[in-house]
Amino acid sequence: MQVRTVTPPRSRKVRTADVPEPLITARGLVVSREGQRILDHVDVAVHAGEIVTLVGPNGAGKTTLVRVLLGLVPPDGGTVWRRPGLTIGYAPQRLQIDPAMPLPVQRFLTLARPAGEGELLDRLTEVGLPDCLDRQIVSLSGGEFHRLLLARALLRDPDLLVLDEPLTGVDLAGQAELYRLITRMRERRGCGILLVSHDLHLVLAATDRVICLEGRVCCAGTPVDVAHDPDFQRLFGTEFADAFAPYRHHHEEGCPPPSGGRR
Amino acid sequence: MIEPFLLRAVAVALLFAAAAGPLGAFVVWRRMAYFGEALAHSVLLGIAAGFLLGLAPAIAVLPFMLGFALLLLLLERQRLVPVDTLLAVLAHGALAGGVITVSLVGGVRTDLLGYLFGDVLAVGPSEIATVAGVALVIGGLLLVFWRPLLSATVSEELAAVEGVAVRRMRLLLVLLLALVVAAGMRVVGMLLVMALLIVPAAAARHFSRSPEAMALRASLLGCASVLLGLAGAWELDLPAGPAIALVTVTLFFLSLLAAAFGRSGRSRS
Repeated sequence: MQVRTVTPPRSRKVRTADVPEPLITARGLVVSREGQRILDHVDVAVHAGEIVTLVGPNGAGKTTLVRVLLGLVPPDGGTVWRRPGLTIGYAPQRLQIDPAMPLPVQRFLTLARPAGEGELLDRLTEVGLPDCLDRQIVSLSGGEFHRLLLARALLRDPDLLVLDEPLTGVDLAGQAELYRLITRMRERRGCGILLVSHDLHLVLAATDRVICLEGRVCCAGTPVDVAHDPDFQRLFGTEFADAFAPYRHHHEEGCPPPSGGRR
Repeated sequence: MIEPFLLRAVAVALLFAAAAGPLGAFVVWRRMAYFGEALAHSVLLGIAAGFLLGLAPAIAVLPFMLGFALLLLLLERQRLVPVDTLLAVLAHGALAGGVITVSLVGGVRTDLLGYLFGDVLAVGPSEIATVAGVALVIGGLLLVFWRPLLSATVSEELAAVEGVAVRRMRLLLVLLLALVVAAGMRVVGMLLVMALLIVPAAAARHFSRSPEAMALRASLLGCASVLLGLAGAWELDLPAGPAIALVTVTLFFLSLLAAAFGRSGRSRS
């Protein structure tokens, strides 16, 4: 088993604004495919300055939920509301770049927004990809490409950052670094961040609110609450609760309602 | 003194090749070769429609091609038949139907070989105007929508999240493709028109490090093929359309060789 220290979540005082209006809200989302219900009345909200993480086993509907929130897939039921003028930066889990097109990193980035070389270099350095402006996209490794997707999302100067498995293919040292970057983004730009991740150790350390998805929202709340939730432990075991040992408390009342996680 | 009909042929063929270059790059990037072939195979039906309505082929074929392109775009959404299979079915149906209709309606007026393989040495002044107009429309729209078109081609998903109207971009490309196919019908004929879209772009791929460079070089390679092909056809008394297409294909293989040698040279150094 890999050993990693998990710093307990810091107190949640990031949101100082009085206006609790969310960046994006989804209510009662239903998505069915081939008679299979993938999302079953899911409620989600992300506020400015908040890091929300979707966890759940394979096939839990995490990516589908993200795609509905992004407007890429129309839901079969329910509503998605976005703050007017909301700018979203999105780094998908996978993206196939066809080698039929010669595409240097610089051109890939400026497709998102015209930007000068200096700004591009800043973003690339930020995600740990210096000196690659002229490299062809197809020559990047999986981890490098994932960092590039993050750089492109940041280049949009987003109000809401949506990262689907941002650690895919990124080496261990890079993972911790990227998580620090994500936390910094929130602090510096005050943007809301929606993560999808399997990496529970890091997720639980850097997240304000966890939503555990299994077709429906099976539990939601702070990382500590969720780690002790029986539903969560059924899916992921108790080791994450153990990681929060200093904070262990009796958690009798179950998980809070899905969309009521702000406290 | 160069004959006027030869000048007209050069002008029409150059205009077509210049417009076909960047569009051909999109065809290569988006894997729309089948789609383009299906469009090209339906040209004859448009000409037959023109005969029925008493319109000049060059004029009648434009609205017909636009309509056919829209129909193909709609049919792509169905799930009953794989898309490339359906395109092949429609392409051959349109070709066979077109040949029969033209031979029934057109009678002695029709020169079938001219439609299949082009008859660029016979273009009249009015056709120059049509092809020039088409080339201008294509060039202008490509310039205006270049970034969203490219963005939607790299990744429809990212482009959509970033606010690009990806479906409108797909529609735009398909309509431009229909226009260029209609314009190329006289130059290299419906059976060879896609060659001047796909082959120069494919040849340009090996020497280009950005999509813009590839699109531009595809145009230049297409124009070079036109000039060399027409010169060869003139000197050796060959059919012009196939001569142009053959030069393009030769340039492609030369580029492949050059790329292979360039690569091995670089890896040795």
